[in-house]
Amino acid sequence: MLTETTERNYAESVKSRPSFSWRIVKNKGFKGLFVGATAFSLLMLLVLLTRIITQGYVYIDWDFLTSFPSRKAEEAGIFSAFIGTIWMMTVTAPVSFLIGVGTAIYLEEYTKKNWFTSLIQMNISNLAGVPSIVFGLLGLTIFVREMALGRSVLAGGLTMALLILPIIVVASQEAIRAVPGELKSASFAMGATKWQTTYRIVLPAALPGILTGNILALSRAIGETAPLIMIGALTYVAFLPEGLLSSFTVMPIQIFNWTGRPQEEFHQVAASGIIILLVMLLIMNAVAVWIRNKFQKRL
Amino acid sequence: MKKVWMVSALAAVMTFTAACGESETDSETNAQGNGGEQTESDAEENNASDDEGILSGEIAIDGSSTVFPIMEAVSEEYRMEAPDVQAPVGVSGSGGGFEKFINGETDLSNASRPIKEEEKKGLEENGIDYIELPLAYDGISVVVSEENDFVDYLTVEELQKIWTDGQAETWSDVREGWPDEPIERFSPGTDSGTFDYWSEVILEEGDISKDAQLSEDDNVLVNGVMNSPHAIGYFGYAYYAENRDTLKAVPVDNGDGPVKPTPETINDGTYEPLSRPLFTYVKTKSLQEKPQVRDYVEFMNTVAGDLALEVGYINLPDEQYEKNKKMIEEAAGK
Repeated sequence: MLTETTERNYAESVKSRPSFSWRIVKNKGFKGLFVGATAFSLLMLLVLLTRIITQGYVYIDWDFLTSFPSRKAEEAGIFSAFIGTIWMMTVTAPVSFLIGVGTAIYLEEYTKKNWFTSLIQMNISNLAGVPSIVFGLLGLTIFVREMALGRSVLAGGLTMALLILPIIVVASQEAIRAVPGELKSASFAMGATKWQTTYRIVLPAALPGILTGNILALSRAIGETAPLIMIGALTYVAFLPEGLLSSFTVMPIQIFNWTGRPQEEFHQVAASGIIILLVMLLIMNAVAVWIRNKFQKRL
Repeated sequence: MKKVWMVSALAAVMTFTAACGESETDSETNAQGNGGEQTESDAEENNASDDEGILSGEIAIDGSSTVFPIMEAVSEEYRMEAPDVQAPVGVSGSGGGFEKFINGETDLSNASRPIKEEEKKGLEENGIDYIELPLAYDGISVVVSEENDFVDYLTVEELQKIWTDGQAETWSDVREGWPDEPIERFSPGTDSGTFDYWSEVILEEGDISKDAQLSEDDNVLVNGVMNSPHAIGYFGYAYYAENRDTLKAVPVDNGDGPVKPTPETINDGTYEPLSRPLFTYVKTKSLQEKPQVRDYVEFMNTVAGDLALEVGYINLPDEQYEKNKKMIEEAAGK
C-alpha cells in the first residue's frame, strides 16, 4: 500500500516535472545573470579607473606630491593633504584599535548574554550604519568645542576613530567568536586564568581577522570627507601639521574642492589626487590581505 | 605568546613607518621652506622699514566656498610676504562660517551674501565687532545651451516668470513665439549664497519652481544646461567663462536694455541686478591685537582685485578698495 502510493506519486511527479531542457535553460539563465552582475560591476570599475587615470596622469609627478595647493592648476599639489591624512591616521589607528578590540574582548569573553549586553550589541550594530556626518556633529560638539581641541589633527583623528569604532568592534567580535571553543576549554583545563587564556590563546588565533577588520576600517576613514568638513578641517593649507594640535587638511577634502572648481584643469588635478588616494587604499588593502595570509598559515 | 609579540611588533612597525614618512617629508619641507625663506628674507630686507620684526602666528579664515578661490590665492601670495604666518582657509559655507565667527573661532569670515540680521544679533550678543569688506564681484550668469536659438535676451520680469513656482510651464508662456516646449531649470542648491541672492532679486517673495533641479555642484548645472536646447540655468560667472563653447550667456534687461555679463559690465555695475558682491568679515579685535591679521587684511585689500580676476571673478571699482583701506585703518586704529 505504502509503496504503491509512493510509486504513483513518483510517476506523477515525473509527469508534472517540467521538461528536462527547461531546467537546463533555467540553470544557464541564472548563471548568465550572475556573470552579468559581476561583469557589470567590473565594467563600472574599469570605466571609472580609465576615466580617472586618463584625466589624472598629466599632473602626477614628484612635484604634485611635494607641492602645496595653489590657485594655478599646474602648480597645485597634494602635499599638505597627503601628510595631513597620515597624521590623522596616526591618531585614529591606535585609538580605534585599543578601544575597539578592548570592547570586542569584553563583549565576547567577559560578559554573560543578558538583555543589557544584547542592547549594547544592538546599538553597536546600529552605530555602524549611522551617517558619517552625524559623527562629524558629535566630534564638533565634544572634541572641538567641549574639550577645546580646536580644528586640530587630534580632534579630527578622534572623530574618525569614533566613526570606525563600530566596524572594528563588530569585525573583532567575529574574529574572536571564530576561535574554537576547544582551545579555550583546554587552556582553562590547564588552570589558566581568563586573561591568560585571552592573551595567549584567543588573541593570537583571532589576530588575522582583527587586523584585517582594522585595516579595512582605516581605509574607510581615509576616504571620509563629511565629518571632517563638519568639524571644520581646512581646505587651503600651505604648511604641514607640527603637532597634534595643528590645523590640517586631508586628501578627500582637497579632491572635493578641486572637483567643484570651474576650470577643467582643476578637474584633472582632482583626478590626480584620486589616483594618489586609490594607491594609498590599494596599499592598505594589500597589507590587510598579506597579514591575513601570513598569520593564518602559522595557526 | 610569540604571536602577541608579533602583533605589537607589527603595530610598532606601522606607526614607525608612518612616523618615518612624516619626518622624511618634514625634512623635505624644511629644505623647501629654507629655500623659500631666503627669497623671503630678501624681500623683507627691502621693506624692513615698515615692518616691526617678522610676523608669525596663525590667522583663522573660514566661510563661503564661492569666496574660497580668492582667499586661497591671497593666502598663497601672502606666503611670499610673510612665510612664518599660517593663513589656512576653511570652507564651511557662508552660514557655517558665520556660525564659527559668532563663536569667536575665526578672524575672517568669507561670505557670498551680506550678513543676516540674526547673525548680526549673535555677534552683538557675544560682543564681537567686525568690519565688512567687499572683495570682488561675481556676475551671476543666466545661461542656455549653445543649441538654443530662440532666447535672445530676458527681462527681469521674464526671469521671474520662468523661475517662480506656478508661473510659466513652457517657453511659449514666457514670450509669444517661443517654442511650446517645457522649460528645464537648473539652479544652485538652497544652501548656497547664489541661491539666496537669486531668490532675493529675482524670486522676491515667491518660491522657486518645483520642477527646478537643484545641485550644490555647479559643474552638474553646467552639464544639465549644456545637454538640452530647452534648459536654462544660473551660476557664477566663472562657470560660464570656462564653458563658453557649449553655453550661451543670456543678456539681462533691467529696464535699460539687455546687458550681457562681461568683466566690464560686471565691474562698472551695468550688469544689473545680477552683479553680486563677495565679502569677507573681519573681527575688529583681531585687527587690533594680532599684527599678522592686520598685515594680512591690508595685503589682501591691495591684491584682491587682481587675484579675483585671475580665479574667475571680477574686480571691484578702485574706489571700493580705497574705501576698504580707510575702513581697515579706522578699525585697527593707529
